[in-house]
Amino acid sequence: MAPAMDTILDMRDVIMGKDEAEAAVATKARKVDRDQRTTVGVPFVEEPRMICREVNVFYGDKHAINNVSIDVGKNEVLAMIGPSGCGKSTFLRCLNRMNDTVASCRVTGEILLDALNIYDKKVDVVPLRAQVGMVFQKPNPFPKSIFDNVAYGPKIHGLVNNKTELNDVVEDSLKKAGLWNEVSDRLDQPGTGLSGGQQQRLCIARAIAVRPEVILMDEPCSALDPIATATVEDLITELKEHYTIVIVTHNMQQAARVSQRTAYFHLGDLVEVGPTDRIFTNPRHQLTEDYITGRFG
Amino acid sequence: MPPLLLVSLVLALSTLAFWQGKRRAFALSTQASSVKMHSRPGYYGMLAALWCALPALTIVVVWQLAADSLLTRMAMDGVAAAKGALTPDQVNLLVNDMRNLVTGSVVDSQIDPLLQAAADRYSGMLRISHMALAVVALVTAAVGAYLVHARIKPSLRARNQVELVIEVILTLCSTFAVFITIGIVLSVLFESIRFFQQIPFFDFLFGLKWSPQMAIRADQAGSSGSFGAVPVLMGTFLISGIAMAIAVPFGLMSAIYLSEYAGPKFRATVKPLLEILAGVPTVVYGFFAALVVAPFIRDLGVMTGLSVSSESALAAGLVMGIMIIPFVSSLSDDVINAVPQAMRDGSYGLGATKSETIKLVILPAALPGIVGSILLAVSRAIGETMIVVMAAGLAANLTVNPLQAVTTVTVQIVTLLVGDQEFDSPKTLAAFALGMLLFVVTLALNVVALYVVRKYREEYE
Repeated sequence: MAPAMDTILDMRDVIMGKDEAEAAVATKARKVDRDQRTTVGVPFVEEPRMICREVNVFYGDKHAINNVSIDVGKNEVLAMIGPSGCGKSTFLRCLNRMNDTVASCRVTGEILLDALNIYDKKVDVVPLRAQVGMVFQKPNPFPKSIFDNVAYGPKIHGLVNNKTELNDVVEDSLKKAGLWNEVSDRLDQPGTGLSGGQQQRLCIARAIAVRPEVILMDEPCSALDPIATATVEDLITELKEHYTIVIVTHNMQQAARVSQRTAYFHLGDLVEVGPTDRIFTNPRHQLTEDYITGRFG
Repeated sequence: MPPLLLVSLVLALSTLAFWQGKRRAFALSTQASSVKMHSRPGYYGMLAALWCALPALTIVVVWQLAADSLLTRMAMDGVAAAKGALTPDQVNLLVNDMRNLVTGSVVDSQIDPLLQAAADRYSGMLRISHMALAVVALVTAAVGAYLVHARIKPSLRARNQVELVIEVILTLCSTFAVFITIGIVLSVLFESIRFFQQIPFFDFLFGLKWSPQMAIRADQAGSSGSFGAVPVLMGTFLISGIAMAIAVPFGLMSAIYLSEYAGPKFRATVKPLLEILAGVPTVVYGFFAALVVAPFIRDLGVMTGLSVSSESALAAGLVMGIMIIPFVSSLSDDVINAVPQAMRDGSYGLGATKSETIKLVILPAALPGIVGSILLAVSRAIGETMIVVMAAGLAANLTVNPLQAVTTVTVQIVTLLVGDQEFDSPKTLAAFALGMLLFVVTLALNVVALYVVRKYREEYE
């Protein structure tokens, strides 16, 4: 890993050093990056919860993710941004092996969750997905009651011993997801009858109820109105206290609001990673700058 | 002019009207660019074609329906009176004779001159009627087409009118099946009422003995006949129950395997093969049941010391169950596939296993469709006749022992209506009462199932 780090640091010096020739150098850096497939910024953290090294994903012949190495820190929110089709959702789905359900998908490289390689042949995906929960782009509550939606995970994983405990878990999860006050009097109503924002919070409550360590969110607010989005964003900030969160978003303001670190993906490459404020105020890579200033995307 | 040629002519006229109307509308729209035509040219053509064809065809149909009885009455005018006082049946006989004369299939060696005259009158009037019809229909078609053609102008709301006509046609088509059903029910109902005039309703419904043989003439020795429907209905339920006990588990499990576990290649091969089972004629299943399954069950019974009759409800039920497996499997497979992938993802994302996902999420979501497929299978089982005739026998035993011979409602209907019948005997009329009973039972089943589905369905969006 050391030579790669050196290259990154060298390049940072190069880019940061000469202000006049910034554009030219950045273009050159981009060329170098495309050839060497390295990442600008520091993708690694002190206290990682998940460690991804040289991850490649193929859909049949298509090379969807290109040698991506990145850490996800404890109790942080990592935002993944990038234009459509850049592979950020694909990468996210690798983190709890949701891509296993896609027949043509093949993943190489290492992804560690607390030192356990999740792509190891011995690893069972069922407990893994209980540890790494997922919230999807479109709210997808089960066609069951609100209570049963949240109780689903605890029931199948045997996390509770009796009805009282189950009630507690459901109440606790709904409270954490900020939905309790709205639904406490109608837990037996179908979850599909809630509004879009409520449904998404129900899905978050459902994910929390399994007590995961990491929560993956795939554009969780893309189907929501601004008010519901604000509620979910507040929720993400609160959840950060207990969970590690990786969020894919198309909304750069959202990434800026909720995340501590931001990763910019482009055409399957991890182009730049850094603290969120730095990425949005002072992007080092030309592609990142083009994207966040709205020149494409 | 023969009616078929006339209809083709009307249709040809209407095609012509379509093109003419379209052309005229097109010419109008290009000629004055300041005025905008209300509809696209095709709609004006369509309107002309509809006004050309529909009234003319209606006239043809009504004319053909009315003309025959009218002409017959006119031709036979005075013939019956000349013969003296006749019963209605004898008049009908005369009419038939006249018809035979017209078509030339004469069976009588001596031809009644009065009838011959009537037949000649009939033929002559039929020719005139056909000619008149042709003239009227063609004129109507031409007038209709011309009226629309002359009215084509930018303000004519052709699209709305055409769409209204199409909507009416669609409505008629959709209510057609309903009216036919009502017709079927009524036809069965009236015969049933005649039956219940002779046999008390409750004797039929709750009677425990079915033996429809009765003396036709006073001097004939025969049993008095007893019409208790319970044993027959019991047989139907027993055999259908056995069939469902086979078809539901096999069908449902193969549907789950095909949609959730099987690879696309396996699925593409096996699903059509399973559906072939539904295409085998029931008579062939009947052979199979009578020649293979029934003896096999009897041998099995002999080995285990059970008394099995050579025709048993079990044999018929087993084979019927095999026959309806594809109904359950194919339809259930389709509805399971229709459950959105997001439901599966949501469940897998929570760390559920495949079987938990299927049991707790997919099957509840697919329940209405699955119940629908099972209902269809039940109706097939209850209505099935051939297998039961060949494998379960005709003996109306009141039993729930699947190893004995039983009979079903459909089989009894067939045996009652095969051969010579007289429609004033309860023996024949019993068939209609049984048919009515069967109809009510399946209707009740449908209502109950609908209620169950509404109550337990888990709706996804």
